[in-house]
Amino acid sequence: MATFYDLAAENRRRSLLLVLIVVAILVALATSAGIALTGTVDSALPFTGVSFLLGFLLTLGAWFGGDRAVLAAAGAKPLDPQAGLEEQQLDNIVTELSLAANLPKPKVYVIDDTALNAFATGRDPAHASVAVTRGLMAKLDREEMGGVIGHELSHVRNFDIRYGLLVAALVGSLALLSDLILRYAFWGGGRRRSDDREGGNALQALFVVLAIVLAVLAPIAARMVQLAVSRQREYLADASGVELTRNPEGLERALAKLAGDKEVLEVATKATAHLYMVNPVKRFEARAAGFLATHPPISDRINRLRALRGARPLAAASES
Amino acid sequence: METLLPILIVVGILALVAISAYNGLVTGRNRVDEALGQIQVQLKRRYDLIPNLVEAVKGQQGFEKGVLESVTRARAAAVSAGESGSAADQAKAENLLTGSLRTLFANVEAYPTLRSNENVMQLQEQLASTENQIGFSRQHYNASVLSYNNSVQSFPGVIFARAFGFAVRDFFDAPDAEEAAPQVKLS
Repeated sequence: MATFYDLAAENRRRSLLLVLIVVAILVALATSAGIALTGTVDSALPFTGVSFLLGFLLTLGAWFGGDRAVLAAAGAKPLDPQAGLEEQQLDNIVTELSLAANLPKPKVYVIDDTALNAFATGRDPAHASVAVTRGLMAKLDREEMGGVIGHELSHVRNFDIRYGLLVAALVGSLALLSDLILRYAFWGGGRRRSDDREGGNALQALFVVLAIVLAVLAPIAARMVQLAVSRQREYLADASGVELTRNPEGLERALAKLAGDKEVLEVATKATAHLYMVNPVKRFEARAAGFLATHPPISDRINRLRALRGARPLAAASES
Repeated sequence: METLLPILIVVGILALVAISAYNGLVTGRNRVDEALGQIQVQLKRRYDLIPNLVEAVKGQQGFEKGVLESVTRARAAAVSAGESGSAADQAKAENLLTGSLRTLFANVEAYPTLRSNENVMQLQEQLASTENQIGFSRQHYNASVLSYNNSVQSFPGVIFARAFGFAVRDFFDAPDAEEAAPQVKLS
């Protein structure tokens, strides 16, 4: 059984690897685009340099500002514990469970949305934030909310949040960038070739093809990375969250409520979907068990929790 | 000189081992003290919250006075046990206080006017949360004691522990009332 130290160490390794891969893809893309545009390897050098710098800046931005960007994108506002009983309770639950997990208390945020969901983000436990939707605060009781917060704090403790944050920030900007290049290769690049100034440069043509191939492949590859990691992490966070609360039924009931919620969380995008407690984009849920899912089906998660306390699994309920 | 060098190296290594073992013991002892301090902070917070709740509930028509009195009494006993008594005495008094608070919460449930009173519900939430925090802090305290005691009793710490006065610490024991499994009535 892997301890959370192992899991955290693995996430640190994977985070570093992700940064290296993303920068490598970036440099490869920019260099081949540069060769395609200028015609020679030497004159493509500025493209390489700029892309290195860009990768460095992207990583710096993701590291220090990624959590704020993700929270701002979700429209999350800091929780005011004095505002009322629900706010007070949420703040208390986070305090209690951070104590149980022996973590510094993360900052708590509220997303003003009636959909039921939650996520955690940050680069390490000392710079972590937990956000829940207002709908979740209204619909869950104390035990259920404890289950959700326990799940999120497990992500914090395992450093899943660091990897998830880097995926959101880096893969998101990579997708944006290759989109730009793809467009330029079709329009700008096409015009330039038709000028016929540099003649039929075979090397140039080869790199045009390569640039396009890379631009198409890069986001797909990145997306695969994002998907492969996320599902197993959810099962793990469920299990270790229950270890904190010592109450599998709380999380079980919370998941049942989340599964019954048909509402789409508007603020969640493809780049941040993997951060959430349950998949915020509901039309993906139908093929949740498939290869392209960021989250395991909720019924499966509930049944695993039931197994923890020796209860019989529920009959496969149809999820939508 | 030639023969002195190996001896110096061995002495140096031994000194390093001693220093790191000593530092490990100090760190462990500080962790235990910190965990204990954390529990005291929360117990204090609980003492501060109780009079407010008693005050808020007191006005309720027909509320059983005996319940409030026993909470107030248990609180006073816990405070004085914390100031003067041994750790075991304090744990016992705290346990009595927890029990009387549970009775109070259960009584509040019976009054719809109290349940819809924001102030009462908020105080009750704060007390329930403090109670949970105390529980988790005790868990944390026991974990720190376990790791500290292990380093005191195992090699190489055991060599220095006695010389420098590092004594094993006591675990916090769950009081008997909490150890007893809840009775389930099947009828």
